[in-house]
Amino acid sequence: MKLYDIVIVGGGPAGLSAAYSAYQNGARQILVMERDREMGGILQQCIHNGFGLHHFKEELTGPGYAGRCIALIKDLPEIETMTDTMVLSVTKDKLVTAVNPEKGLFTVQGKTVILTMGCRERTRGAIRTAGERPAGIFTAGAAQRMVNMEGYLPGKKIVILGSGDIGLIMARRMSLEGCKVQAVCEICPYSNGLTRNMVQCLYDFDIPLYLSHTILKIKGKDRVEGVTVAKVDEKMCPIPGTEFDIACDTLLLSVGLIPENELSMAAGVEMAPFTNGPRVDQRRQTNLPGIYAAGNVVHVHDLVDFVSDEAEIAGKFAAMEAAGTLLPAVNTVEVSAVNGIRTCVPQVLHLPEEGEPVRLFMRVGAPDRKVTLEVKCGDEVLMKKMLPVVKPSEMITLDIPAGKTKLMHDKIEVGLQLKG
Amino acid sequence: MNFFKETDVVVIGGGIVGTAILRELSKYKLRCLLVEKEPDVSTGTTKANSAVCHAGFDAPTGSWKQKTNVRGNELYHRLQEELNLDIKWTGSLVVATSEEEVQQLQVLLERGKANGVPGLQIITKEEVLEKEPNLTTALAALWAPTAGVVWPFGCAVAFAQCAVQNGAEVICDCAVTGFVKENNAVTVVNTTKGPIRAKCVINAAGIYAEEIAKLAGDDSFTITARKGEYILFDKTAASSLVYGVVFPCPTEKSKGILVCTTTHGNTFIGPNANEQFSKEDTSVTSAGMDEIIAGARKLVPNLPMGACITEFAGLRAASDTGDFILGASKVPGFFNAAGIQSPGIAAAPAIAEVVVEAIGKEMYLRKKDNWNGRLPKKTAFNRMTGAEKQKAIQDNSLYGRVICRCETVTEGEIVDAIRQPVGARTVDGVKRRTRAGMGRCQGGFCGPRVTQILARELGIPVEKVLKERPGSELYFKKFEE
Amino acid sequence: METKTMNCIMCPMGCEMTVTLENGKFVSVTGNSCPRGAKYAETEVTDPRRMLTTTVRIKGGLLPLLPVVSADVLPKGRIADCVAYLRNVTVEAPVKAGEIIVHDILGLGVDIVASREM
Repeated sequence: MKLYDIVIVGGGPAGLSAAYSAYQNGARQILVMERDREMGGILQQCIHNGFGLHHFKEELTGPGYAGRCIALIKDLPEIETMTDTMVLSVTKDKLVTAVNPEKGLFTVQGKTVILTMGCRERTRGAIRTAGERPAGIFTAGAAQRMVNMEGYLPGKKIVILGSGDIGLIMARRMSLEGCKVQAVCEICPYSNGLTRNMVQCLYDFDIPLYLSHTILKIKGKDRVEGVTVAKVDEKMCPIPGTEFDIACDTLLLSVGLIPENELSMAAGVEMAPFTNGPRVDQRRQTNLPGIYAAGNVVHVHDLVDFVSDEAEIAGKFAAMEAAGTLLPAVNTVEVSAVNGIRTCVPQVLHLPEEGEPVRLFMRVGAPDRKVTLEVKCGDEVLMKKMLPVVKPSEMITLDIPAGKTKLMHDKIEVGLQLKG
Repeated sequence: MNFFKETDVVVIGGGIVGTAILRELSKYKLRCLLVEKEPDVSTGTTKANSAVCHAGFDAPTGSWKQKTNVRGNELYHRLQEELNLDIKWTGSLVVATSEEEVQQLQVLLERGKANGVPGLQIITKEEVLEKEPNLTTALAALWAPTAGVVWPFGCAVAFAQCAVQNGAEVICDCAVTGFVKENNAVTVVNTTKGPIRAKCVINAAGIYAEEIAKLAGDDSFTITARKGEYILFDKTAASSLVYGVVFPCPTEKSKGILVCTTTHGNTFIGPNANEQFSKEDTSVTSAGMDEIIAGARKLVPNLPMGACITEFAGLRAASDTGDFILGASKVPGFFNAAGIQSPGIAAAPAIAEVVVEAIGKEMYLRKKDNWNGRLPKKTAFNRMTGAEKQKAIQDNSLYGRVICRCETVTEGEIVDAIRQPVGARTVDGVKRRTRAGMGRCQGGFCGPRVTQILARELGIPVEKVLKERPGSELYFKKFEE
Repeated sequence: METKTMNCIMCPMGCEMTVTLENGKFVSVTGNSCPRGAKYAETEVTDPRRMLTTTVRIKGGLLPLLPVVSADVLPKGRIADCVAYLRNVTVEAPVKAGEIIVHDILGLGVDIVASREM
């Protein structure tokens, strides 16, 4: 059985960034396994631009960003890549079993493992929409792959449920492909996408956005023929009498992403509430020693740039662990999200004697303006950051320097300062 | 007259009943074929039901339902091995949650004994919790050890394949439009593919059995569509639900809203029971979903609703006689296997025996010497041992490419499902045979790839590939050539 | 004098900006966090422009489609024309990332380049 310093499960931006970072930090035998026919993950189908401004300081398309990540590792003999390879299991002892048409079934041993499987889309079944089960209902991402990579359209007359970025991007894509996008319906009273996508994907094409609206029923037996839409109240319950029909042959769903953690859970990785991903420390190590996780498998990110940043953290510490240079942690600090902060990653800190820089990724529960983010340990405020605008769809990041982490004990709270 | 086909027996309808009958017929020295109006078998009631192989204590003693259920249940124990059927012999519980219902269990027990159901016993609350720890509301239950859960589509396809292997024919996309009679006896079945000359016709048309019978001149019964809605959960939720088959105490109309874990580990709740005029409407409704959630909560108070992955509805073919309608009709040469609702799956192999026996009274039937009741052994990739997986990939490298991530279904299995007898022609057909698309992402990842594999294997363009029925094309071409 | 509010689309921050106009001409902008925002605001009220990403057909590649991107922003009103033009473009693999696929599309002074190698 072949032994690697690091085995990385998933060759999307997280896996690729983790691999390069691990290499930069001294790992010399790195394996990246990808289930698709090529590296790059979902970025390869995201042909729009807007990626990379933070990470590469340049605006790139999805394939462009993927290409950059691939180029960094392509010629390094220390990093082995396998495509068309499905990982079937990961054990707590870091045995990774996978299958591909060429090698058949095989198992490799990692000194460390980094989980970078990404996420999948929520389906119609998860939101329990009434109606028949006709052709013409697709998750936005599945449709995106067909349109951008395979050369097929999911339909001609489209309704999109959910105003997350994928939904908005697909509204523009379908419009550019000559399809009629009839409407975008969003159950929340606000859009869940980036503002720039509202402007250039909806307003530019005069596509109506129905906020506080949901789809009650899908019409059509064999192929979608339309949807019944209704307004919802503050509790997101449909308001009787507000129903109306929109004709369409296709319904695209952009109703949320779910971290893909079946492998992690089977391995015994502990999951965190709200994020649906592994509970990780600041090094992105899970509860299982030597098993790290990064990117959308930990929590759904808004920008791929942050996925890369997080994966670099995991790659660095996994490399150090493989080399035996990881500083022992002596101080365990629980991280709680409070007061308007819905999720915070990492959920726990395992700090060495001299402290360690910590990057927090957070999301709020509801949109707000002019708020102050606070990190508190007991009554002591360790850090503050003013935020002009916060939205559930956009991640907040905060870097805590090593010096500050030395002041932490037991538990820190991350929250918004109460107003007034 | 030019006939599309000339045969001895025509079976109308490719559900579990029609295919079981075709298999039974294939044991005899006669020509037989099955016509199915949809592009695939198993697309009607057989594709959306509770998948339970009932023990047989529900139906009135002496009824067809009772006789064929108890006999069918017994037959499945043998068929399972011969046809590689997916069946989990979990046993079933009827749970009483009130004193009144505890009394009702006694009635069921007595009836079950009279029906010849082996091993029935009433068990205590503690014994219930030992079997099913999440049934916290149970006071007592009727335990039926012979009940099980089957993989209904797999059964129908296996029955059809076994029949085809023994010389029978399955013709899909072939709807019956009428009959020609001579001296009042049916002699020709008119179909959308042309007239079929036949000596006998068996009506196993499910929800449309009434219409088919009337076309033949038999107006002795009616069939009403009774819709049942279901919600299916992800496998990861099974531990907070149930391991086997759990019923509430039955009502007059139905066996109630049950909680049941399928042969592949997904738990479902349902069905409700609503009679409707339409025989096409299989939509799920908000009210229906609320009804089954409320019903299932009586058995399992903490339902993991966040883990549901799909909802669907099926139509039961409820006859006005209240029982199955089996055997000869007043029209010579026209036989019925109609009104098959619950316990139809359990009963199907026994129904086949009853109907073929009835035919034997009008036609001389001789058994084949070389009938082969065994299908080649086949194990799903995700159930293979490591060594079996390795071997499968060595023999065919497509077994090394996982197409459906959620259920770990390989390209090799999908290609086999298309190429084998009674092969898949549609995306849903591939799903029923391989489970590709049945998992938590519901075909989000694999749907497009399955579509492309179907197009390649069938030699048709991607935009012509159907989800299920004609008119259910999935994609359009992006560029005109 | 009139004012217009708009969201910047130059980066994911989406700053809310207020543009002051006089006789349809740009005067000033507030609310932007960077110079790119100011530039966007000015062109948005006078000559709105957008990046274009789409696909062209490719022969002999891993995929049947090659993603392409405009090297710079294009007049918003001409985007549809550019897409229509690109629908009829077919290239042959191999193609390098950044390779020019269409030079000076429709005479608008902007090249269309490959987003990836194939």
